[in-house]
Amino acid sequence: MTDRRARLLAVDGLSLSYQTRHGEVQAVRNVSFELARGDALGLVGESGCGKTSVANCLMRLLPDNARLSAGRVLLDGQDIMRMTEEEMRLLRWRRISMVFQAAMNVLDPVYRVGQQIVEAIEAHSVESTDAAAKERVARLFRMVGLDPQLAERYPHEFSGGMRQRAVIAMALSCDPDLMIADEPTTALDVIVQDRILRELKAVQQHLEMSIIYISHDMAAVAEVTDVVGVMYAGRLVEMGETADVFRSPAHPYTAALMSSFPSVSGARRPLTGLPGEPPDLSDPPPGCPFHPRCAHATDVCRVEYPPKVRAGSHWADCWHPLDAALVPSS
Amino acid sequence: MGCASSMPEIPNAWADGPEAADGGPLVAVHGLTKRFPVGSSPFRTPSSFIHAVDDVSFQLGHGESLGLVGESGCGKTTVGKLLVKLLEPTDGKILFRFAGDSVGAAAEPPWDAAAIRGRALRSFRRRVQMIFQDPYESMNPRRTIYDIIAEPLSLQGMRDVQDRVDSVLEILTLVGLTPAAAFLFRHPHELSGGQRQRVAIARALVIRPSFVVADEPTSMLDVSSRTGVMSLMQDLATELGVAYLYVTHDLAVARYMCQRIAVMYLGKVVEMAETEELLRNPLHPYTKALVSAVPLPDPGHRRPAPDIRGDLATPIDPPSRCRFYERCPAATAHCLNHPHPPLEEKRPGHLVACYEV
Repeated sequence: MTDRRARLLAVDGLSLSYQTRHGEVQAVRNVSFELARGDALGLVGESGCGKTSVANCLMRLLPDNARLSAGRVLLDGQDIMRMTEEEMRLLRWRRISMVFQAAMNVLDPVYRVGQQIVEAIEAHSVESTDAAAKERVARLFRMVGLDPQLAERYPHEFSGGMRQRAVIAMALSCDPDLMIADEPTTALDVIVQDRILRELKAVQQHLEMSIIYISHDMAAVAEVTDVVGVMYAGRLVEMGETADVFRSPAHPYTAALMSSFPSVSGARRPLTGLPGEPPDLSDPPPGCPFHPRCAHATDVCRVEYPPKVRAGSHWADCWHPLDAALVPSS
Repeated sequence: MGCASSMPEIPNAWADGPEAADGGPLVAVHGLTKRFPVGSSPFRTPSSFIHAVDDVSFQLGHGESLGLVGESGCGKTTVGKLLVKLLEPTDGKILFRFAGDSVGAAAEPPWDAAAIRGRALRSFRRRVQMIFQDPYESMNPRRTIYDIIAEPLSLQGMRDVQDRVDSVLEILTLVGLTPAAAFLFRHPHELSGGQRQRVAIARALVIRPSFVVADEPTSMLDVSSRTGVMSLMQDLATELGVAYLYVTHDLAVARYMCQRIAVMYLGKVVEMAETEELLRNPLHPYTKALVSAVPLPDPGHRRPAPDIRGDLATPIDPPSRCRFYERCPAATAHCLNHPHPPLEEKRPGHLVACYEV
């Protein structure tokens, strides 16, 4: 899938740290990946593994204590990290938009929902007249499965699922090339989640838009993404086409993550789970960061960061990959 | 355990808990109803009501775990709160049968929850406990782990400090917080979400209750700690013979935690069966939609869209017809003109409230 399409985004050696009272927290370490136009990428991993930090880098929404120590983020060849604040302001929403984790808190309670989206549209001069902007809002509402008349309502009149759809409509308002959805359905019930994921998929295909899904729900990621990246302790440890990664996970962390999810179908296999906790990123362990929790760890894992092993577009950083088809790249 | 063989009259297949003493289910709920007034004030009698729980009946055996599943707003948490007497029902009966000393006015079980008050309420609380959803909100941040877990012990009259310390250390070890002594004087903020939820479990189980209502105990937890907490709760159920009412919106979690599942929709139980039977052969149109909406961790699989219309209707003064009528793909004129269908056994052990099944 990836090779047929043009490259939209390239993240190259991204490293980000936060200065805290307890020292420097290395939230993102040497993360590189590419995303093709129209593809959906899933970023999975436990909380605190750096998924949201990567997303914030792409939007360049970083707190004051964040320090970008290395790396480039190229959107159609342009380095986002070197842009001025003004260039960045124009790029946000028009080229990259984001659906935040707590969508309930994104909408301003004292303005009508439609008005808030009109404002975003006008701020980026996507439409020149008020009427055209309103027409656009109505179209967006229909696209995400909301009645256009709801645009005149206030956020408190919306249910959680409706608010989430309104926030997605807002993120789509300026026809972005890339939408980042940070846990877009975590707080929602399954039936609503199912609808929103289906609508997002349809919109993505219809608009040829790329999406980055950040989620801890492996099942949802399996259904909606083309490519999946697994993050652990600030590093991207495995990546590949979703079907390949799920069929044959190479990194023991990916396998453990998958085996800790209960499923409603198939045999009721025991949940092996993932004992222990992710490391403290202000003092990450040497070698492979997963070695303290890994059943396959040997001496070399404790000392040296593993090399990349790959088979086609599927790769992993591991000394002892579970899938023997993945071999060290020369 | 294993006393079921001596009591063949027990209708419930899981009634083999250590306290299955007098032959009845641990909890029997009959026609449980809870209505909350809308917009009431001391000067105005409310004209409309939220029908949070409406004529719900079920039984729960000793040591059994029953899952209560449904979307947010379906009344599942209200049922849980009614069972632990955090709320009083508008109508209906909850009967408990615990072994041992009396908890109500009557000397012999079953005890009617409505009649348990005053001194009896304290001994009721020793049998029935609750684990809340959010381990960040359910604990006083100023108190130590020891204080939090020991409080139910002192309330239940364990006067000796050494006894309390010993009990707390024992339960901490049991919930996997080891070395237990290292956790005694920590505060909740020093623990991770999974560790806090273990403390919440320890607090609920330290007085060895027979029945625990667990309200989404794993939904706030990260993947890795969630599996741990789930298997811990299962192990403790077997070890201590605790029965659970497991309130959750996640069918996959319910599948792992529960022997039976009851599906709720707008205050009504619409289907109830053994877990695997319910998931493999859902009969009610709502259960079918719910089961088919769960994503599957299989990228090659194309899951058909769940067959359901619209959004959750309002629970304020619902019409008397089937609650699911507006959203039901199988609704007929019969459903429109008749009251909400009764929960009936359509297959052995499989209860469904639907005219069209």
